[in-house]
Amino acid sequence: MGSYMVKRIGIAVPLLIMISFLTFVLINLSPLDPAVVVLQAQDIPEVTEELIAQTNEKLGFNQPFMIRYLHWAASCLQLDFGVSYVTGESVWLTIAPAFLNTLKLTLVSSVFIIVMSILLGVACAMREGKMMDKSVRGIAFFLTAIPSYWLASIMIWYFSVHLDLLPTSGMDSYRSYILPVIVLTISYAGIYFRTVRSSMLNQINEDYVLYGRASGLSEKKITMHILRNSLQVAISIFAMAIPIILGSTVVIENVFAWPGLGRLSVKAILSRDFPIIQAYVLIVAVAFVFFNTISDIINAAMNPKLRKDL
Amino acid sequence: MNLLEVENLCIWDAGTNETIVHNSSFHVKQGSCLAIVGESGSGKSVTCRSLMRLNKAWIRQSGDIRFKGEDVNLLSAKEMRKKRGKELCMIMQNGMRAFDPSCVVGVHCKETLGAHFDWSKSEMEAKMKRAMESVMLKDPISLLNKYPHQMSGGMLQRMMIALALVFTPDLIIADEPTTALDTISQYEVIEQLLLLRENMGTSMIFISHDLGVVRKIADDVLVMKDGEIIERGPINMVFTEAQHEYTQYLVSTRRALSHHFKKLIGEEL
Ligand SMILES: Nc1ncnc2c1ncn2[C@@H]1O[C@H](COP(=O)(O)OP(=O)(O)O)[C@@H](O)[C@H]1O
Ligand SMILES: [Mg+2]
Repeated sequence: MGSYMVKRIGIAVPLLIMISFLTFVLINLSPLDPAVVVLQAQDIPEVTEELIAQTNEKLGFNQPFMIRYLHWAASCLQLDFGVSYVTGESVWLTIAPAFLNTLKLTLVSSVFIIVMSILLGVACAMREGKMMDKSVRGIAFFLTAIPSYWLASIMIWYFSVHLDLLPTSGMDSYRSYILPVIVLTISYAGIYFRTVRSSMLNQINEDYVLYGRASGLSEKKITMHILRNSLQVAISIFAMAIPIILGSTVVIENVFAWPGLGRLSVKAILSRDFPIIQAYVLIVAVAFVFFNTISDIINAAMNPKLRKDL
Repeated sequence: MNLLEVENLCIWDAGTNETIVHNSSFHVKQGSCLAIVGESGSGKSVTCRSLMRLNKAWIRQSGDIRFKGEDVNLLSAKEMRKKRGKELCMIMQNGMRAFDPSCVVGVHCKETLGAHFDWSKSEMEAKMKRAMESVMLKDPISLLNKYPHQMSGGMLQRMMIALALVFTPDLIIADEPTTALDTISQYEVIEQLLLLRENMGTSMIFISHDLGVVRKIADDVLVMKDGEIIERGPINMVFTEAQHEYTQYLVSTRRALSHHFKKLIGEEL
């Protein structure tokens, strides 16, 4: 197991290098002259040739591409993502608190999503084809078909404006979490409980379940075996769901005015603040690699067969 | 005396209302081995699972199943569970899939033996060790700490036989225990089943579609086709004077096969 972890983490390193390179290439593929972008972002009224040359010199844009990448990558490792074109402030200082806010929302939602998915998935699988299974699946189908921004708006109108129970926006207390977490849980648990349900059903039909029953094991023991095996599938999906939720809070954050990464990145895109966009893409990608590695390690701990295959 | 008496067993799928087994009656004499042969889908496995009440919820059964004089259909779920493993023991077709892939096989042994006996850990280990050695599984203690994927199909099959040895059930139900194996492992598993019958005198229901194997192990035969028993009788009679043309067909293809096989390996299996 220890050697598996070392190997698995070893794989993540070249992956991270590739991701950072791709991020850099993609952002720099933009047909816009970066110096012009910087000057426009700073609302300079008249962009002259001289100014462009100065800016290029100052920010190192006239150096060869690879040198610029290495320079950028080396600074990223020290959490120095440059300065915002717009405000001139450090990208890290701008993005870190927003990232933290998004992470809080993501983790709280993920806990609810995972707990709800497992509870509903297991309950439905145990009663396959019965009323409970059918109605839960029907309701979930209906709820997940609703766009989340619409659901969010309806909830804000009803709970915050009409009943005046909860804040409409911002991130002031734990009460600010309630609506966004509910909206995210409905959107994602409605999808992921199906995964839990179907992997449970797959396991229920496995021979080891029949053999366990035929040997006189209690239903409780059998259920533990089924859960253990079906959660393996579910855990890797959940671990991947966390960065997906992280990346997709953009909509929710904008509806609820959550001071997070999603809102920041939309603002950065609109004002072409490249260093912020670059850091945003990199952070989300690194989160993917991080959670993916964790999910593989948990899976290997639970399923010995996987450890051999690396 | 008959250990198991089955009368008018009907099995149907409540979802589709399709009948799977029609009005089947048979019995297993104390100490004898009944073989059930028939093509795939003829209802052999469903019949066996019905004896232990292990079919899926939507598969319903009616009729009398008397095991040691008791009607199995009338037992409570708890009483039924007490009989499974200890009195009625199943040996599955595919050992590779019969054990939970994420636990070492010892976990299955510990849990199932623990469900029926109040043995201490060392007692359990000693009994498993002896049983495993007698089915030619070497180094039992380290095998118990292996995952199913680290063992071969034949080893897992013998593992199930070893468990049956420890349980000493009244009836063993072996559902195609050799079908998933290569010829050599098949031979070893059949040898162990024969020894088990010889040493313990356990009654057995043996499902197979290999008449050659059936001939070695069984006393009586049932031939099933499309959920019906179309032929029954002592093993030799079925081989020599089969009434139904399907049985005659099975016997003749078996002859042709074994003739071919004998020519290949130059001896009789
Ligand atoms: N879980 C199930 N649900 C519905 N039908 C089943 C199920 N298991 C078996 N059957 C039906 O019962 C019939 C007999 O199957 P089975 O007893 O497995 O045949 P075999 O003789 O090959 O062991 C098949 O035609 C199959 O359609
Ligand atoms: Mg079968």
